[in-house]
Amino acid sequence: MKKFASKLLMAVMAVSLLAVPALAENIKVGAILAVTGGASFLGGPEARSLEMVVEEINAKGGINGSKIELIIKDSAASPEKAISFAKQLIEEDKVLAIIGPSTSGETMKIKNICEEAETPLLSCAAAEVIVNPVASYVFKTPQKDSFAVKKIFMEMKKMGISKIAVLAGNTGFGKAGKQQLTDIAPEFGIEIVEAEVYDKKSNDLSAVVAKIKANKDVQAVVNWSIVPAQAIVAKNMRQAGWEVPLFQSHGFGNIKYVEAAGAAAEGIIFPAGRLLIADTLPADNPQKALLMEYKKNYEAKFNESASTFGGHAYDAITILAAAIAEVGNDRHKVRAAIENLKNFPGTGGVFSFSAEDHNGLDIDAFQMMTVKDGKFVAYTGK
Amino acid sequence: MKKLLSVLPLLAVVIGVHLLTSATDTMYYLTQMTMSAYYSLLIIGLCVLMGYAGQISLGHAGFFAIGGYLSAALTTRSLVPYQDTALVNLLDSVGMILSGHDLYGEAMLVVSPWAACGIAVCTAALIAVIIGIPVLKLKGHYLAMATLGFGIIIYRVALALEYFGEADGISEVPPFPLLSGLTISGNFSDRIQNYYIAWGLLLIGMVLLLNLMDSRVGRALRGIHGSDEAAGAMGVNTSRFKLQTFVLSAVFAAIAGVCLTHYNGGIGPSEAGVMKSVRYVAIVAVGGMANLWGALLMGVVLNFLSLRGVFGSYDDAVFGLILILIMLFAPNGILSLNIRHRLKQLLRRGKQDREGEV
Amino acid sequence: MTTELFIQYLMAGITYGSIYAIVAIGFNIIYNTTGIINFAQGEFVMFGGMIAISLLHFMPMPLAIALAVIITMVIGALIEICFIRWLKSPSVLRMIIITIGISILSREVAVHIWGESIRSLPYFVGNEISSIPVFGARISPQVLWVVAASALMVIFLGIFFRTTSIGREMRACASNRKAATLCGINTQNMVTLSFILSAGMGALAGCVMSPITYSQYDMGTGLAIKGFTVAILGGLGSSGGAVTAGILLGVIEAFSVSVVPLAFQDAISIAILLIILFVRPQGLFGSKEAAGLSEF
Repeated sequence: MKKFASKLLMAVMAVSLLAVPALAENIKVGAILAVTGGASFLGGPEARSLEMVVEEINAKGGINGSKIELIIKDSAASPEKAISFAKQLIEEDKVLAIIGPSTSGETMKIKNICEEAETPLLSCAAAEVIVNPVASYVFKTPQKDSFAVKKIFMEMKKMGISKIAVLAGNTGFGKAGKQQLTDIAPEFGIEIVEAEVYDKKSNDLSAVVAKIKANKDVQAVVNWSIVPAQAIVAKNMRQAGWEVPLFQSHGFGNIKYVEAAGAAAEGIIFPAGRLLIADTLPADNPQKALLMEYKKNYEAKFNESASTFGGHAYDAITILAAAIAEVGNDRHKVRAAIENLKNFPGTGGVFSFSAEDHNGLDIDAFQMMTVKDGKFVAYTGK
Repeated sequence: MKKLLSVLPLLAVVIGVHLLTSATDTMYYLTQMTMSAYYSLLIIGLCVLMGYAGQISLGHAGFFAIGGYLSAALTTRSLVPYQDTALVNLLDSVGMILSGHDLYGEAMLVVSPWAACGIAVCTAALIAVIIGIPVLKLKGHYLAMATLGFGIIIYRVALALEYFGEADGISEVPPFPLLSGLTISGNFSDRIQNYYIAWGLLLIGMVLLLNLMDSRVGRALRGIHGSDEAAGAMGVNTSRFKLQTFVLSAVFAAIAGVCLTHYNGGIGPSEAGVMKSVRYVAIVAVGGMANLWGALLMGVVLNFLSLRGVFGSYDDAVFGLILILIMLFAPNGILSLNIRHRLKQLLRRGKQDREGEV
Repeated sequence: MTTELFIQYLMAGITYGSIYAIVAIGFNIIYNTTGIINFAQGEFVMFGGMIAISLLHFMPMPLAIALAVIITMVIGALIEICFIRWLKSPSVLRMIIITIGISILSREVAVHIWGESIRSLPYFVGNEISSIPVFGARISPQVLWVVAASALMVIFLGIFFRTTSIGREMRACASNRKAATLCGINTQNMVTLSFILSAGMGALAGCVMSPITYSQYDMGTGLAIKGFTVAILGGLGSSGGAVTAGILLGVIEAFSVSVVPLAFQDAISIAILLIILFVRPQGLFGSKEAAGLSEF
């Protein structure tokens, strides 16, 4: 018995020897992502991107000599879990900052918690309410929906389109987009004559496509969603022999959806960050080097094509790392450092934060794109 | 009320946990303990329905959501546009309306939390009666499917209506002041009182159900579980007892929904999802169906672990596995396994086998 | 409503309906021999599609589909042998919970094998944009494959259960298990066989519809709920009823788009189910006696 106790003691000592020096210097970063569940197509690439970046940083010896310790919590897109995890990360793990959540609904639930606990939150969700009104500790990396909407409407004006149909998926992304489309349309003299919301798990949308097709006023369709069903919209429209232009949101920025829609994806017009066309950018573009590197590393490591969704998490962690490198492991200083970050190139655009703007991107973060021969290319008009 | 005594040890444990966490500086555990207590309140209600009355419900997350969503929407959505309508005036005259200004200085007019809670729980009870009358006539698969269908409809409605925030759910739900000095809220500073509010509610619920099960009602329910026809022949009004239990469990679920929503400061459609209902059924099954203490224990333990993210990306997988294993090997719940007895049996059998070979 | 729109809705409804019907037939096969509703039926559909897509890297499509169907049948057999076979007269409640557990586990296995992304088989004929004109409306050729596949399955099952000796033994099992045992039929093997058959049907459905609906690890639950709805609408256990009810529900869903917002579509089909359950639990086409003693 004595022998066992001494062995146990030795084991405990050995473990603590290993663990203690590492713990003393680590910078803890929490992440709440929907790795499984209904929004896993967001959370999956986001979690993988974070792991990759943190591994790279640590392989280079960390930030100013301290390694990053990443704690990823899988919320499965449930707000109640996000709330529980946020409290856990803040109080128990005492993280420096939290990255995520993946969806707007979850982010809105923990916005106040992070604000109260003065822990920086870098959301990977799209809705504008996250940063409007501004909460001093809450930031977001995906581009604003309203800019995407304006980009689309500007293109429509050029094409002489004034009556449109809106389709949206029943996710937070679709909801926020539909809202912005409805709000901004009058500004551009555009009228929404048909609007429908479809389920994120829809199998086939030919009936609803038939319904809006029957309205002869419709000159173009805008589909706002982030789920695989958006490929189905494209297919059903083309199968019905309906040739009006189809606009998609920046949620279409995943080559898998193009592959899924196949020939039907040709000619879809949508705004997105430049990650998708990194290789065709001119050499002097500030984002080019970084985009190419992220894409190359991600694709080599995970054997799947990089999407703009993973890019949002990549931006969050690189912004955070830049702030830490500048001011060290202090969450109040890190928050201020992020707010003062200017001209910081990321996958979503070039970030310039301020006290009023916790998104830091302007409308030029978007580029209109289209699909040609199964690939994303810059859209240059007809 | 002799059952009051039987929950005293539990009360001791509740206080013990508080003292222990406060002594070891791990008070943060109380956050998940509080949330688990509310889920367990639903689970003991479902336990009575499933275990004692023998009626499966794959739609109890629906009642939780009715409670949570209604209370959240009523206390959060501003009534300013309807200021002068008859209904608002009526509510105002009986003191059910709160007016004031929100964080950004806009005029705000919402239903007071007590009134909202009352409306939410009554609505859940009313829906339980309306749904329960036809549903409880069904048996087996039909009953399972009907309750599942009810749950799906609630989920769809929450997801489709703008009033309930569609996919985002409802955020920034205000705290619920129960009495002066007692408030359900998720603020870090209110943690200890919320821990006691949640566990206090759970204990009251437990005493209530334990007494009920020990009374004539409980015996009647067990009779129904054994055989509907036999109980009916003995003069038990089976359909009335079943309905009462159904409504009771719905009320428990709705109260849990109201309280947890105010504690979390929000609710989302995932609370109404089919997986949630299945999870509640799983926990009741693990606890041993007709075993309130088992349901309570498993409800707290499994929810606590799940909410702390212990299962990581395997959260659903763990519950699926538990469901299968329990139903295959211990249909009377994990507490029914007399492990020592089983081991002895195994050992003896092994010994016999070896002796047989010789 | 113009004729064109009418036909378009009708065709959309028939597409949904045929898919629902195939899943419902899978439910019925198992229900008839065991009295169990297999809540994991949707996962057979998912496995079929996913396995065929993975096999497509190594072999031509017809072979990949055939092999996927066979592999899924093996999975079906394994599920029955591991989880169902050795239970002695389990209660309905217990069986419901076990099959729900199997469904959750299968889904989790799938997400850890294939990941969360969507995949699909290529269109059997033509591609994503090809369509055939039908009375002024246009439908994808794949829809015809789905309709043909479900029709073939019904015919195949009809012949199988009426003319082959195994089929007749399975029917005997269904109508009276005790009597069947007394006649020397190995009822346990018949149950395994019903799982194999049902898994095969599901897998084939998963392959045929994959180009239209895509395949994803969590597609099973939604399909199972719709399939179950249809199985009950048509009267549990009746294949003909399942097909009729499937098409009926599909068409109602398609036409409901024209009057109610799409967001409520699922709520409507579930509400129909609830009403049927309350008013006519034996289904639209089933009679009370037939519910107990059903033909396939």
